Order: sequence, then structure tokens, then C-alpha cells
Amino acid sequence: MDPLIIKAIIVLIVFAITLLIATYSTYAERKVAAIMQDRVGPDRAGPMGLLQPLADAVKMFMKEEIIPSVSNKWLFILGPCIAMLTATMTGVVIPWGGPITIGETTFDLQITDLNIGILYLFGVVSLGVYGIMIGGWASNNKFSLLGAIRASSQMISYEIAMGFAIIALVMTTGTLSLKEIVLQQDAGFANVVYQPVGFVIFIICAFAETNRAPFDLPECETELIGGYHTEYSSMKLGFYLFAEYINMFISSAVIASFYFGGYNFPFQHELANALGMSANALSILQVVMFFGKIIFFIFLFMWVRWTIPRFRYDQLMNLGWKVLLPLSLANIFVTGIVMWAMGKL
Amino acid sequence: MSITQYIFWFLSFLALMSALMVVFSRNPVYSVLFLIVTFFAIAGHYILLSAQFLAAVHIIVYAGAIMVLFLYVIMMLNLNQDAEPKKKTYVRVIAVVAIGLMLITLVGALKGATVNTPELTRTAGVGTVETLGKVLFNQFLLPFEVSSILFLSAMVGAVYLSKKNLQ
Amino acid sequence: MLTNRSKQVVKREMTWLERAYFPAILSGMAITFKHIFMRKATVKYPEQTREFAPVYRGQHVLKRDEAGAERCTACGLCAVSCPAEAITMTAAERQKGEESLYREEKYASKYEINMLRCIFCGLCEEACPKEAIFLTDRIVPSTFERDSFIYGKDKLVEPKDQPVDVSKRQTPAVLAFKNDKKHKHNRTFLDKVLPKAKHH
Repeated sequence: MDPLIIKAIIVLIVFAITLLIATYSTYAERKVAAIMQDRVGPDRAGPMGLLQPLADAVKMFMKEEIIPSVSNKWLFILGPCIAMLTATMTGVVIPWGGPITIGETTFDLQITDLNIGILYLFGVVSLGVYGIMIGGWASNNKFSLLGAIRASSQMISYEIAMGFAIIALVMTTGTLSLKEIVLQQDAGFANVVYQPVGFVIFIICAFAETNRAPFDLPECETELIGGYHTEYSSMKLGFYLFAEYINMFISSAVIASFYFGGYNFPFQHELANALGMSANALSILQVVMFFGKIIFFIFLFMWVRWTIPRFRYDQLMNLGWKVLLPLSLANIFVTGIVMWAMGKL
Repeated sequence: MSITQYIFWFLSFLALMSALMVVFSRNPVYSVLFLIVTFFAIAGHYILLSAQFLAAVHIIVYAGAIMVLFLYVIMMLNLNQDAEPKKKTYVRVIAVVAIGLMLITLVGALKGATVNTPELTRTAGVGTVETLGKVLFNQFLLPFEVSSILFLSAMVGAVYLSKKNLQ
Repeated sequence: MLTNRSKQVVKREMTWLERAYFPAILSGMAITFKHIFMRKATVKYPEQTREFAPVYRGQHVLKRDEAGAERCTACGLCAVSCPAEAITMTAAERQKGEESLYREEKYASKYEINMLRCIFCGLCEEACPKEAIFLTDRIVPSTFERDSFIYGKDKLVEPKDQPVDVSKRQTPAVLAFKNDKKHKHNRTFLDKVLPKAKHH
């Protein structure tokens, strides 16, 4: 098969799965919230409420589309578009599984393996804030603007600590390609063994970057009504909410790839040998394991959301600049010293 | 023309147009947004020159961080067309004269220049992180460190200025 | 100090471990995780209904007697006893030929309870000398208009063919009172027709 067609198919599949997971994250969010509060959660639409996302989507589409007359129309429409675009762009560099061979051709379950994969991820994530900022400003509403401003300063603050956590990771792995990072973890231990502090910093920053509780200051309803999406209705609001869930999914995938071996799982080759699995079967199993890890991290996101109360804004900034930033710098320093002592530099 | 050339012309057009729009937009927020588009076009050029690292860093630093701060400040100040001060006539005249002189200088400088296509060494991985890192930390170690000290001192200065009780 | 349960509040400096927050966060997450396996408090309403307490007081009913005549005689004691002033009524005189409709010579031609005012205290039922009004375990349904909460006789009087069971609200004392034919108002025209020996 033409490699271009294979790529196109993989792109489509990744896009579809991203949307599917994000859709069902909305359902899972409500279900997790419910069971943690001793409730049942949505259970009316379909068996166990499994059609609830569909009902929500229909509701979102059918609602009246309101564009405030005092808003900046083009930017008002552009905001959710950018949010959605940047959210879906991040899935490109994530390796979803090992190589699959069909006939003569072998291809990786990855859209593209950039040699600057981590930087690409980081760049796209840093652009994500524009969707929020533009939407918030274009709404011409004080609450929206406050939400947008909070979002921008929060994201910039936590991007720095996140970047430093990644730098320590890059020091140990020596590569910026996600595929290589994942392959290295097949040979050795998962990176979380080498970078426990980096992992903690990264996951905290991931919470902040996706605007999830306890860092959901940009949209905190007790203070800002809806934050940056106060003025949004119908599917534009749906895009913003959807982008958040896609970001959560991608963050979970990135955390799993960076620190928990990606699609690898312990004793996979021994298992494959013992069961006499073909390489393709192993790859499929790896994809399943990877999604298992991703779903666990999505659950972790929700678990934290329904446990920890929201930060105050000054606490947020203190945590970002006075705790995480020095900690991540110290992490880089210690990583450097240990690597030097072990003669790896 | 090859597809690369098409992309080049498109990116150049985009960069120039949006750069012009930065200047001509009355609304500062539009200016910032067009500036971001310009940065993207330039990042595209970097990729065409197979300098992916530079492109990525360009996006992260300029579009992802600095422009966010620009936008942040402009949104906070709530600048718009009405806030723009009315310029006096003599200021406009001076500005036109200054720009005209600069144009003449540029044209004069470019008139004598000969167009030559530089021999590009298109070796694989010329713009990758490894190559760039080796060059930066071997060949240009001193300038690199000096510029980082410059940044550090600027940062210290900013922190000092933002202290409330300045004596 | 009335009880020994009060605690002296101490605001001390947090220790390093407390300031790190992580132990607190982890213990909080353990608590929420435990709740996953706990019994759900939800009652899936249309399929399941919550069990009512035997003393539950819901929507009122104006009872009929065994022959199907309205018991209410529009004495107004319920309206007087009502602390929320939710009950209004108009009395009318029974005409010839209406004996099977109304039990006494006087009856309520209009009887209204404003369900938005009613506090379901049950004092009307206590005050009623004719055992005509009872609170039942039915729920007053919600609607969108205030007017529809004023319940007239059409909603309050029990339908002839489907009597409302109020046996839960009838204490032995009430039952004894109701069955005691010594009281004139407990005698119906049926008692006149049937031989008196049956009761004494």
C-alpha cells in the first residue's frame, strides 16, 4: 500500500479515537463524579446511560446560537476554532503502538515521528491559550476577559515548570523523539523510576495546562460565572468543553508515554514468546495496554477534580513560581549531577 | 515550480501581508494577532530550511509566550481605537520624512548588491537539535553564555523594578 | 461548656509535611476512592419510590361516607385551625333530593386549599369534627402556574369509584369515634332504614 494512504488512514483513526474518547470522557466525568459522591449519575439515555454523550451532542447542536451584538464576531468564532484545532493537533506525535506488518509494508502506529516531537507538543500546547484568550476578549464581557487573563497567566506560569521537567527527562533519555523515548523504556525501566520528581511536576503542570480542577481558575463558576466561555452557547461552547477533554486525553497519553513506558508493558516479549503471539498481535495488545494507561490517567484527572477544592489565584501563582519552578530547576541540577557521577555525560 | 516553492511563495506572501497588517491595524489586539500569524509564516520558512528546532523554539518562545504576554497586557490596558492619541501634524511630517530617508538608504544599499545564490550545504540533519547543540556549545560557547548572562541580568533588573518599596 | 464535645481551636504553624500538601491530598483521594464502593443514596424515582413514613402528610382528601355522600359540613373549623390560612370555603344549604350527595344539611359548595400556602401540618384533620378531611401519602405535583396550586373540590373530594385509603391516618380513637352511632352525625339515612337492633 502507498505509505501516504496508510498515513491518511492512521490520521483518520487517531482523529476518530480522540473524538470518541473525548466524547466518552464527558460521560465518564459525570459518572465518576456521581460514584464518588454516592450517586448513580446519568443512567437514562441507553443502557447505563451510555448514549448520554449523544444526547448531549444533540442538545449542544440544537441550542440557539448566540453571538453577543457587542462582541467581536470574527474573533468570537475564531476562539473555539483555535481551541479545538490546537487540541486535536497534539495527537500527531504520540506513538500509539508498535509496528504492524501487512503484507510487505511495515508501518508504525504513529502519525509522524518528529525528531523534535517533544518541542512540537510543547509548542502546540503553548498555542492552546490563544483559543481561550481570543474567545474571552472577543466576548466583550468582564467575566470572560478576567477568565482569559487568568488562563493566559496561569498557562505561561506552568509552562515554564513543565518545560523544565521535560528538560530533565530529555537529559536522561537524550532524545526529543517520543518514539525513541518509548522504545528506550522497553529496554530499561519506565522513566518514572529515573524521574519521580519530574513526573510529579509534570502531572501538576498538566493539570494546570488543561485547566482542570484544582487549577480551573479560568472558568471557575463561583467567581467568574463561566470564565472565558460565559458568552458562548450552543456548539461553540461545546467546542471549548470538548477541547478540554481532548487536552485531557492527550495529556494522559503524553504522561503515559513520557513516564510510564507508553505502549510497552512489563514482560511483554516474554509473554509474546510464551503465547507464541505474532508481532502484529503484540502490537495490538500494546495499543490496548496503552489505552488502559491513558484511561487510568483520565480517571486520575477526574479523581483529583472531585477530591481537591480549587486553588485561590495567589496560591496558584505561588505554587507555580515559588514551588514548582525551583523544584524543577533543582531536579535538572540533581539529574545532571547524578548523570555526571554515573559517567553518562 | 516544485511544491516547496509554492509553499515558500505562500509563506512569504503571508508573512509580508500580515506584517503590513500589524502596522495598519487600528486595533492593537488585531496587530498582535497578525504578528502571531507573521511568526507562524516565519516558522514555516525555518522548516523549509530544514531547521525544525529553530521553528519549534520560535513558535514556543515568540508565539507561545511573548505574544501571549503582549496580548495579556493589551487586554489588561483595554486599548482600542478611541484610546489612540491624536498625533500632531508636525509629528506626522517628521515620521514621513524619516521613513522616506530610510527607504532611500535601503534602496541605495540594495542597488549595489549583487544577487547571488549562496551555496547551501543541505546535509541531512543540519538543523536538528544535536547539530545545533554541538555548534552552540563548542564553537559559540562564549557568546551563548554571555547572552544568557545578559538575559539573567535583564530578568534581575525587571524583578528589581517590580519591587514595591524602591528606595 | 454544656457538653464535653467542644474542641479548643489551635492555629499553629503547619509542619513541613503539612505544607507540602501531598499527604493531605493523598488522604483526600483515598477518601473519595472509598466512596466509589459505598452504597449509592440515589432513588431511581419513577421505578423506585422512597418509602413513606406512616405519619407522612401529603395532599388532602375530602372523604365521602360509606354511602358516597360528602362528609364535610362546611363548619370552617379546619380554616380556623389552619396556621397558614390556606383553606377557604363557602357553605350552602342542602336542597331536597341531594341527600345522597351531602351527608348533612349544610355542605361546602366551594372548598379550596392553596397548596403553596399549606404547610401540611395536619391541624385541619385534627380539627375536623366530621372526619371529613385527611392528609394522604400522595404528593402534590409541581406545575408552572401559581393558580393551578389552588385545589378546589374537583381535586380534593375523593372520586366515588376510587376511594382514597386513609386508614393509616385514622388512629384507633378516630375509628371508634367514627363508628360510634351515638353521635348523630355518624348516623346516615341507611341507619334509619335498617333495624336499630343491629347496633345496640
